[in-house]
Parts: sequence; structure tokens; C-alpha cells
Amino acid sequence: MTATHTPTPAPQPSPPRQGALGRATAFVRNTWRGLTSMRTALVLLFLLALAAIPGALLPQRSLNTQKVDEYIAARPTLGPIMDRFELFDVFGSFWFTAVYVLLFVSLVGCILPRCVEHFHALRTPPVAAPRNLQRLPHHTQTTVADSPADALDRIQGELRGWKVVRREGGARGHDGEATLSAEKGYLREAGNLVFHISLVGLLVAVAAGKLFGYEGQRILVANGEEFCTTSPASFDSFRAGSTLDGTGLNPMCVRVNTFAADYLDNGQAEMFTSDIEYQYGGDLVTNTWRDAQLKVNHPLRVGSDRVYLQGHGYAPTFTVTWPNGETRTETMQWAPDDATTFLSSGAMRFDPPGGMYPDADERRKNQIALEGLFAPTASFHGTLLTSIFPAMMDPAVAIDVYKGDSGLDTGSPQSLFSLNKELINQGRLVKQDRVNLRPGESVTLADGTEVRFDKATDFVNLQVSHDPAQQWVLVAAISMMAGLLVSLLVKRRRVWARAYPSGTVNDGERRTVVELGGLARTDQAGWGDEFDRLVERLLGDDAPSAPAAQEKKN
Amino acid sequence: MTQNDTLARYSDWAFESAFAVLVLALVLLVAEYATHRADVVAERERELVAAGRRPASDTVERTAGPGRVEETPKRTLSQRVGNMGRALVVVVAGLLVASIVLRGLATERFPLGNMYEFVAMACTAAVLFGLVVLRKPAYRIMWVYLLVPVLILMFLAATVLYADAAPVVPALRSFWLPIHVTIISVGSGIFLVSGVASLLFLLRIRFPKGEEHSGVFAALAERLPDAQTLDRLAYRTTIIGFPLFGAGIILGAIWAEAAWGRFWGWDPKETVSFITWVVYAAYLHARATSGWRNTRAAWINVAGFIAMLFNLFIINMVVSGLHSYAGLN
Repeated sequence: MTATHTPTPAPQPSPPRQGALGRATAFVRNTWRGLTSMRTALVLLFLLALAAIPGALLPQRSLNTQKVDEYIAARPTLGPIMDRFELFDVFGSFWFTAVYVLLFVSLVGCILPRCVEHFHALRTPPVAAPRNLQRLPHHTQTTVADSPADALDRIQGELRGWKVVRREGGARGHDGEATLSAEKGYLREAGNLVFHISLVGLLVAVAAGKLFGYEGQRILVANGEEFCTTSPASFDSFRAGSTLDGTGLNPMCVRVNTFAADYLDNGQAEMFTSDIEYQYGGDLVTNTWRDAQLKVNHPLRVGSDRVYLQGHGYAPTFTVTWPNGETRTETMQWAPDDATTFLSSGAMRFDPPGGMYPDADERRKNQIALEGLFAPTASFHGTLLTSIFPAMMDPAVAIDVYKGDSGLDTGSPQSLFSLNKELINQGRLVKQDRVNLRPGESVTLADGTEVRFDKATDFVNLQVSHDPAQQWVLVAAISMMAGLLVSLLVKRRRVWARAYPSGTVNDGERRTVVELGGLARTDQAGWGDEFDRLVERLLGDDAPSAPAAQEKKN
Repeated sequence: MTQNDTLARYSDWAFESAFAVLVLALVLLVAEYATHRADVVAERERELVAAGRRPASDTVERTAGPGRVEETPKRTLSQRVGNMGRALVVVVAGLLVASIVLRGLATERFPLGNMYEFVAMACTAAVLFGLVVLRKPAYRIMWVYLLVPVLILMFLAATVLYADAAPVVPALRSFWLPIHVTIISVGSGIFLVSGVASLLFLLRIRFPKGEEHSGVFAALAERLPDAQTLDRLAYRTTIIGFPLFGAGIILGAIWAEAAWGRFWGWDPKETVSFITWVVYAAYLHARATSGWRNTRAAWINVAGFIAMLFNLFIINMVVSGLHSYAGLN
């Protein structure tokens, strides 16, 4: 889009009356011309930049749903209106889509005719030499001993890489006159076209990725827990492409064996590493597990899928021993609320073993639940637990233990990390005790049930991503950059040479006048020196001594 | 005190010295600017051009007497002061490079891990790039305007943004860090030069050569190169900065694909980089559109640089996102 030229036919006197069809075509044609003009492209570029601004300044659902909810809650009147205008989903909103679709239509409408024009320009010989080369911004003149034909042969030989055409005769009407027209820099337009076409390609590839790709997150405790990508349900969260119905995910199984975090003395993380095993494709049939190591910046790439280590935390293990000696052990991830000390919070719910109570209703009312904090490196202010270091050096938990209906059987969804406050307020879940426990320590409730904190294990948050078009995005981006560089670095130049016999010829005297003229079609800066150098190269020893190449201010 | 702490201290000293020398250079350059007379420069240039074409023997005569610095009589006090200032700028560049290298040695990593180091790199890039593109006599007088923003950025870097030499978080431990962040910071430095040129162009076009009226701005404009020269400088620097910045964004996307699980996710930093790139694209298009070529294009270029600054300061320090590596907490 570096030049505006939709070919306009010569203005015709408009007929006095035009049929509806004619008016409609005129309207479509004028709209199309307006849309593909450079001015429109500029305006659309601005609109695109402007439209993206709320995406940077307002919380976005695609990044953080919770923040968006808080933002709307804090503005009861304005929030819902902003939401209605999709200000929290800017990059999927109707107006952002409208702007970039119009921009790309305008771009295609501008590029296609230019491709045709460029194709024709490549087949058209350089334009004939102007009548008066001295009028050009840069020109020089000298006399040489060769004949006009030889002089032009020599110049033509030096113009390698230029598109050259030679014409006998000429506008000046000298006998034996011949001219050379040379042009270079065709690659500039080609690079420009490649850049813009690649831009369209980039958009198509990104869109394809959004249609056919998916990504899902899953938390796994690093003690050999495994999961398979059988369906979106096996993920904790899942974002599917528009063409996906949840079946047909690339089959893959992952088992997490270890997780290690290295910290500096000040608690800053140095590296996170997790050893995993996986099965992919044919491995699932043969049940072969392959080893792999995940690190930050080093995902597992297999087929068109990638597995990332996205986060980590701690999963405490508790054992409940009922008075009759039956036990239940559970390990559950707790949410790392504090990113620097990994003080985490969470909850657990234990169903009494079957047969302990006469009926299901009674059994439901005697569930054990606990809720509290976990500190990887504990520090107590009185009885208040905090964490002072993110690595597990001296773990402890501070928990409230409840007995009653934990809501497991209600069928309604609950938070994984906290108990239902409603159940507690209604007295259906009754607090039994509040204690701080270190690994191996336990608390015994009034009815003789013992709750023991066994240990904590690392958990990892894995992301599985599938984007079949990703490499095409890269290809488009690279060709875009290549096209851009070519279109910015290549300069368009025109040079003409005219040679004719000098008027008076004596023996031993030079007998051919050679005129050279040059025109910079782009990037005028520096063209003067460039022309001087070119003249020296073209004419060799016959070049008029510097600074004979006159320079006119252009 | 470990060896690394010592190196880190030397790095800080180098940075502070660079700042002090820059202040001195700026004082000298302002003095030159205040006493500058445009016609003298023109005369001097003509003379230089003539001198360059003299036969070689003459040059030998003129430089005879090694060790003695002889002033050519035509060089005014104003120009001598200015030349001293520009010589000091070279010292500033050297000290800044030393500061960056020492910090890299002290932290045993590539020295682009927080905002302080980023701004230091961008300032160094701007000064070094300035030494290249402003070397022509016609441009020399513009140094003042380039050094003022550099000075402000360095001041902010050393006060608000300063972060102790320390290792970086796991996400930054990647060989993409030197590639991506260096390209972006060098691009920022180049855009700084370009933005300054466009601002000066706007000032110049308001007060065209020979039509300067009285007033502070007119007096400032009077000493500038003509509008076309400034415009060309802005364009020439932008067409270097634009592909460089674009490459930086693409390399960042490649890194994001490995680090964050997607190559593009409209993180605030990514979004504003996109906006900046689109604004600079609009500048290049405006340059090819009739009616937009002059003032409007220059304003777009200035807007691009403002977007750059916004991306660096507001996005890193106010808006939280994945790029919050400022090291300010």
C-alpha cells in the first residue's frame, strides 16, 4: 500500500438519467474504490491501533476472568454497559473484528491490482530516454574516443543487474544517435507485495489455529499421577477451537514423576524442573512410556502437540482414622495464594467408610471436612501460621476441622479450595477444632476420630496445546519480514545514456558525446553520491573529473 | 564483599559517571546552541567542502607538527565548545557500554533482566546510533535535543527503576532473552532518535527557514537544519527501527511460544507492541499518501514514540501482565 492507484477510467459525461442497476453498480464501484484507497487504509490502521487500546488497559476475559468480574462488580452501572460493548473481550469483539476485516479487505483490494501491475511492469521495457537529459536531477556529459555503439556497449556491459533496453535513434535527432534506458529496483515492489500477502497469510494461519487448535490445563501431583487427553473433561480447564466438539483430541497420556524447584537464598526461583513420562500416538497401543523432562522455556514437543510446565504448588496428604480403626487417606492440591512464600490454602472432604452408619443420610451427616493453610517453611506468630520460604523445608498446616455434611452429596458444584460457607452458617457443618500440625502430628476429635497431617507433595500445572497451523504462522512472519526488508532496502533507480557523434571530428580527438542522466524514484537521500559513483563505474577513465556531475536540488 | 558485588559496584559507578559526563556534555552543547549562528555553519561547511578538494600536499602541510593541536582560525568559540561537548558524548557512550558489560559480568547473565538494564541499553543504543546518524555537520547541532531525553531516561533508570544486580526468574533463563530484548531495546533507541527528528521537523516547519519570527520557539528553530533534512532523518531512522522492532516482536512471539504456551495471547505488553507497530506502519503509509506527507506523518511518528514510552513505563509499572519483570517490588 505504498502508492494509491486504483486505475480510474477517464471521466465520462454522466448520462442524464441512470437506471437503478447503474446507480447500484456505481455505488458499489465507488465504495470499493474508497475502501481500497490509501487514505482509507490509513484511517483503518489508526482505528485498529485505537481499538486495541482498551485491550491493553482494561482487564480481559481471555487473560483473567476473575479480574473482569471484580472490575464489573466495582462499577455497578458502567460495568455492564462496558461489558455489553465487549470491552472485556476486545480481541473477539464485533467492532475489533470489523476493523481488521475491513483493513484486510482494503489490503487485498489494493494488493491484487498492484500484483497485476507489477507483473506488467516486469514485462515492459524501461521508458525511453527523455529528450533533454540535462533537465534530470543528476546528469553528466563527456566525450569518449569510442564510436557511439561501442560506448554504449561498454556502459551496457557495466549495467549488470539493471534492466536495460537499447534504442537506436532518439529524440535529439543526431545522426548515429543511440540511447540506453536502464532501470533497477523492481524487487522493491515485489518485496512490498510479498510483505502484504504474507500479512494476509499470517491472519489466515492464526485463524486456522484458532479454529482447529485447543489447549487444556491439568493439575497433577508429582507422585506418579497420570492423565490422558481422552476428552475435555479430563482437563481442569479447556479452551477448544470453534470446529472442535471435544471428541477427536490427539490421544496422549502424561505421568508426572518428580518436580524440583531451585531457589536462591532470598526465595527467588531459579528453575523449575519436572520429570515426566508420556505416551503419544502408537505408544498408546503398545503401552510404551517415554521419558521426558519439562522445564520453564523447555516444553515437550511431540507431533503437533506441546506440553508445558506452567505452574506448581503443594498438595498436602491427610489421613482420617475413625474410632473403629478404619482409615481414609487423601492428597489434594491447595492453591498457592502467595507467589513468593507459597503459603497455600485449601480444603478436604472425607466420606466415612461404608457400613459405619446405618443409612446414607446418617453417613452424610458425619463427614469430616477440613480447611486451612499450608506453609512449606513454617513460621508461627503465636499460633498464626505464615510461610517464610517457598521451598518445603519445614512444612506445617493450620486447619479447622469440621464434622457434618460437607456437601459432597448435594450434587452442586463446590470450590476445590474452600468449604461451602453456607453449610457452615446453617450449622450443617460444625467446627470441631482449630490446630497447627506438622507432618506426622494429629488431632483427635471429641468422638475419637483422628485427623493426621502426613506430608505434602509437589503438584504441577501442565498445559497441553495443539495448534496445527503454528508453523505456518512462523513461515508467514518470516516471509513478511523478508519482504519488508527488501521493500525498505531496495532503491528504485533509472538511468539513461545517450551517445552520438560529436559535431567536429579531427584526428586523434575524441569523437563521441556521452550523456548520462539519473533519476531516483524512491529514497532520494544519497542518490547524488550514488550517481557519481555509478558514472565513474560506467565511464571508467572517461568519467569527467569530480565534481563535474552537476547536482540540482530536487 | 564478593567479586561480583565489586563488579556490580563498578558498573554502577560507570553508569553514574556516564550521567555526570552527559550533564557536562549537555551544558557545553546548550552553550553552543545558544551562541550558534546558522550562517557561520553554512560558511564553515562550504569551506570544509573546499578544503576536502585541495591537493594532498596542502593537507600534509596543515597537519604538520605532531602533538600540536592547532586551531583553524575560522572555528569560533561556540563551535569549539560544541566539539568538546560532542567529544564528551563519545566518553558517555564508552562509559555506558562499560556499565552494561560490567553488570553482565557481575550477574553472570545477559544484562537485560529488568527495567533499569533495559533503559540503560536503550540509552546506549540511542547515543551510539546518534553518533552514527548525526555525524554529518548539518545534523550536529541536533545533539542537544537527543541528549535531553536520554538524560531524563538515565535519571529515571538510576532512581525510580534501579534494581540491584541479581539473577533473573526462571522464565527469563532462555537464549531468547539476549536476542529478543536486545533487539527491542536497540529499536527503542533508534525510535528515540527518529521521534526527536520528527519533533524538530514539526518545530522547523512551523518556522520555515528565513521566516523565523521573534519568540523562543522561533529562536530555537532558527538554529536547526531545514525541514526536509529533518524529515529525511526521521524517515531514514524509522525504516531501520521498524523492521528491527517487527523482528523483535516476532522473536518475542517465538519465545512466548516456548515460555508461556502460546505465541500470542494479547498480554498488555503484546497489545501495546502491536499498537506501536501499527502506528509506525501508519507512518510509513502516511509518507506515501498525498496530503499526509509532512506534518501529519511527523505527528504519527511522534505518536509511535509515545506508544513506545507508554509500553515501557505504564505497561510495566502500572498494568500487570506477563512482562512485569521490572524488578521494582
